[in-house]
Amino acid sequence: MLDKELRSMIGQVKDGRMDRRAFIKRMAAVGLTAPLANQILALGGVAMAEGASTYKPTKRGGGGALKLLWWQGPTLLNPHFATGTKDQDGSRLFYEPLASWDPEGNMKLVLAAEIPSLQNGGLAADGKSVTWKLKPGVKWHDGKPFSADDVVFNWEYASDPATAAVTIGTYRDIKVEKIDDLTVRIVFNKPTPFWADAFVGAPNTIIPKHLFADYKGAKSREAPNNLSPVGTGPYKFVEFKPGDLVRGVINPDYHMPNRPYFDTLEMKGGGDAVSAARAVIQTGEYDFGYNIQVEDDVLLRLEKGGKGKAVYAVGGDTEFIALNFTDPNTEVDGERSSMKTKHPLFSDPAVRKALAMLVDRESVKKAIYGRAGRTTANFLNGPEKFVSKNNTWEFNVEKAAKLLDDAGWKPGADGIREKDGKKLKLLYQTSINGPRQKTQAIVKQACQKAGIEVELKSVVASVFFSSDVGNPDTYPKFYADLEMFQIPMSQPDPSQHMRRYTSDRVATKENKWQGTNYPRWVNKDYDAIIAAAEGEMDPIKRAELYIKANDLLIQEVVFIPVQHRLKVEAAANNLVCIISGWANETDNLFDWYREA
Amino acid sequence: MSQYVLRRLLIAIPSLLGISAVLFFVLALAPGDPFSELATNPNVPPEVQAALRAKFGLDDPIYLRYVHWLNAMLHGDWGFSFVSRMDVDKLILQRLPTTLFVIGSAQILALLIAIPVGVYAATKPYSLFDQIANTLAFVGFSLPTFFTGILFILIFSVTLDWLPFVYTTDIKATGIRWVLEMIRQAIMPVAVLGLFQAASMTRFVRSAMLDVIRLDYVTTARAKGLGQAKVIVKHVMRNAMIPVVTLIALQIPAVFGGAIVTEQIFRIPGIGSLLISSILSNDTPVVMAVTFVFACLVVLFNLIADILYGWLDPRISFR
Repeated sequence: MLDKELRSMIGQVKDGRMDRRAFIKRMAAVGLTAPLANQILALGGVAMAEGASTYKPTKRGGGGALKLLWWQGPTLLNPHFATGTKDQDGSRLFYEPLASWDPEGNMKLVLAAEIPSLQNGGLAADGKSVTWKLKPGVKWHDGKPFSADDVVFNWEYASDPATAAVTIGTYRDIKVEKIDDLTVRIVFNKPTPFWADAFVGAPNTIIPKHLFADYKGAKSREAPNNLSPVGTGPYKFVEFKPGDLVRGVINPDYHMPNRPYFDTLEMKGGGDAVSAARAVIQTGEYDFGYNIQVEDDVLLRLEKGGKGKAVYAVGGDTEFIALNFTDPNTEVDGERSSMKTKHPLFSDPAVRKALAMLVDRESVKKAIYGRAGRTTANFLNGPEKFVSKNNTWEFNVEKAAKLLDDAGWKPGADGIREKDGKKLKLLYQTSINGPRQKTQAIVKQACQKAGIEVELKSVVASVFFSSDVGNPDTYPKFYADLEMFQIPMSQPDPSQHMRRYTSDRVATKENKWQGTNYPRWVNKDYDAIIAAAEGEMDPIKRAELYIKANDLLIQEVVFIPVQHRLKVEAAANNLVCIISGWANETDNLFDWYREA
Repeated sequence: MSQYVLRRLLIAIPSLLGISAVLFFVLALAPGDPFSELATNPNVPPEVQAALRAKFGLDDPIYLRYVHWLNAMLHGDWGFSFVSRMDVDKLILQRLPTTLFVIGSAQILALLIAIPVGVYAATKPYSLFDQIANTLAFVGFSLPTFFTGILFILIFSVTLDWLPFVYTTDIKATGIRWVLEMIRQAIMPVAVLGLFQAASMTRFVRSAMLDVIRLDYVTTARAKGLGQAKVIVKHVMRNAMIPVVTLIALQIPAVFGGAIVTEQIFRIPGIGSLLISSILSNDTPVVMAVTFVFACLVVLFNLIADILYGWLDPRISFR
C-alpha cells in the first residue's frame, strides 16, 4: 500500500505538481526521512538532490589556523593503505573523492560535476553501470590537470592484488572505463542498487596518476608520495610525522568558490580521548577533537569551562550482543563453536527471548552513553529508510522469569535455573573498554535476578578484533555464549552490513575464521531475503527487504541491540563543523568555518 | 685499556644476539595482529587481510622470520613499519630529537637538584635540612609521574591557564620567541620527570656520601687542616660518585627511550610514545627496533660506566 502511494507521489514530483520538500515532509510523516526520500526519488526517476550547503564566508582564506586534535594520529597518508579511519581522515585533508556524504546522508559533489541519475543518463536502468561527469578545470596541487585518467588509474591501482591496497574490496569487482577526459563509467558485474561506493567518501579518495603510475603493484610501498600527498583538496600538504603531526596550508586554486576558510591546518596526534576533550572543550587549546568516547558526565563537567562543546552525529552504529548458535564448550575436530554442534541452551528460543528482555537499554543509556546513545529495538539503525518500525523492546525481569518457567527452566537449589541437567550459565565476552564493562555489569545483574548466571570476560581490543588464527579470544572465533561489540557502518547503505550473516559466510576453522557470520546462525529465509535485496533495483522494495532481514534477526534473537551509538566530537564554540554520521570527520572539511 | 674495551665489545655480541632472539620470539608469541583494525571494517574482505599478512611475511614460521630480520639488521635495514609503511629507522630518527631534548633536560634537572641537595644533606645528617630533603624525596618518588603529570595539568593549564599541555613540534614563531615557546611547553613534562628522578637520586647521593664521609682518610684530610669545601668536593665526592655514576649510566638508555607515560600524557612525539602506539597497533618491526636499540644502549653504557670507574678511582684496573 505504501508502495502504491509512493509511486503516485514520485510521479507528482516528476511532473512538478508536488515540490521536493513537500514530498520529503510527507515521507517523514510515515516515518521515512530525508535520505530515503532522496534515494527513492533518484531511482524513481527524479534526480537526487545535492545536500544543502550552510557555508557562509564570502571569500577564500582569512580564517587563520585550524587546529585539529586526533588522539590517534594518522600513521600514513595514502588512502589505499589506510588501516583505520584515522589514516582515511588524514588522507582526506589533501585527497578528494568524487562526492562525499553530508549529515543527512545526502551526496555532496566534490570532484564530480553532477550526481548521476536516470534523467541525466548517469544511472543505467538495469543498475549495471553508473557514469560520472567530472568537474572541469580541477588541478592537482602541483598544477597538473585532474582528468578521467586519474580516476581510471585509481581503480587499476587498487584492484591489483600486488599493490596490497585495503580498498581492493571496493574496486576488484568493478570495471572503470574512460569515456572522455571528463567522463568515466563504472561497470558492475551485477545489478548494483547502491552504486555510490567506489570513488565516494573519505575511504575512496583519488590519488594522482602522474605520481603513482610507476608504483603500481609490488612497488607500491616505495612511492615517495605515500607520505607526502599531492591532492586536489582545499589544503596543500606541508609536513607529516607519522602518529604525531600533519600540516597543511590553504590551496589558493581550490575548485570550490570562497573555500577554504582557514589559512593553515594542523592535525596533532597522540594522547587519549579524555585529555583531548579537555584540550578542546575546557582549555580551548585546539579547535576540534575527534572520536571523543568519554562518559557523558565528564563531558558535561568539561563543558562548564565554556570554551567548547560536544557535537553529535547520527549514523548507523549499533552496539549489540550477539548470541552463539553453536556450542563453545564442545570441541569437534579441533574446533570449538563448530557448525557440527548446537548451542545447548540457546537452541531453546525461550532462553534467547528471555535474554533479550533482560537487557536494560534505558539504564545503559542513562548510566553510560548519555547523549551519545539512543535505545533501540533494531539491529539496523540507519539510514532512516531502512529502519524497521515493527519491533519494540522491553526490560522486564518478571516476564523473562515467567517465560523461562513456562519453558521448563526451573530454579535449582543454588537459584540458577536448569532443565534436563543443563544449567543456565553463560559466558559473556567483550573488548576491554569502560562503557562495555559497565554494560556487562548491568546485564549480569538483571540475569542474576532472573536466575541466569553470567560470567563476564573482557579481552584486549587488539586481540578481540584481530584476525589472528592462533588466538582463541577473537570475536570471529566466538568461544563464548554471548559477545558484545559494534561493527561500524561506513556508508549510508545496509548491504555490506547485512550480508555478513548469510549461511555461506559462517566463520569456521576451514575458512580460518574469515567468514563474517560469527553467530553461526543459519536461516534459509534470511539468505533468500539478502539475495533478493542485493539484486533489487526498486529502492522501496529493497528497503522493505532489509527491514524484513532486520526483523528476522531481532525475532530470532540473533542479536540483542544494546544501543544506537552516535558519533561524538569535541568542537570549539565558534567553530562551524559539518560532521556526518555517514562519513569521516574530515569528509566535509571544505565547508568548515569559524563564526565571528 | 684498549684491549679491555675490545674484549668487552666482543662479549657484547653474543649477549646482544641473545637479547634480540628473546625479544623477537616473545614479540612473535604475543597476541594481536597489525591488521586487526581491518577486521572490523566491512569494506575489507578477509582475503585481503590474508594477502597483507602474506605480503609482510607474517605467516612464515617464527625462526625463519627471525633469520630474515637478523639478516636485514646486519645490512643496516631496520625493517619496515606495517602501520606507516615506511622505514623504521626514519620513524625513530624523526622522534629522537624531541626525546633527547625533553628527557635529557629532565635528567640534567634531576642531577642539578640531586647532587647539591644530596651532598649537603649528607654533610649535615639529621639536621633540619636533611629531614626536609628526605621527606620531600620520599613524597617525590612515591608519587607516580602519571599522577603528578595530571596534577600539573590541572593546576597550571586548566586552573591557572599558564602553560599549554599539548606538546607541539611546530611552533609558529622564530628566534627568541621560538625558544621561549619551546621552554614554556617543556616546563611541565621536564619538571614532572626531573623531580621524580631527582627524588630517588637525592637519596642515593646522600647515602653514598654518608658511606664515604665516615672513612678514616676523610678524617685524615680534615686533620691536615683542609677546608670543609675542599674535603667534600675533592676527597669525599669523587669516591662517593662511583655508585652514582653506575646509576646515571644505566639511566641514559632510558633517556633515549623516553618516558612512556609522561610522553603519552603531554602528547610529546618521542620514542616512548612511538613505542606505546606501535605496541597498541601491533606494529612489531617498530617495537622490535626500538627495544633492540634500548638493549644496545644498555650494553654500551654499562661499558662506559666501567671505563668511568677507572677515571674516578685509578685503583680499579682494567683486566
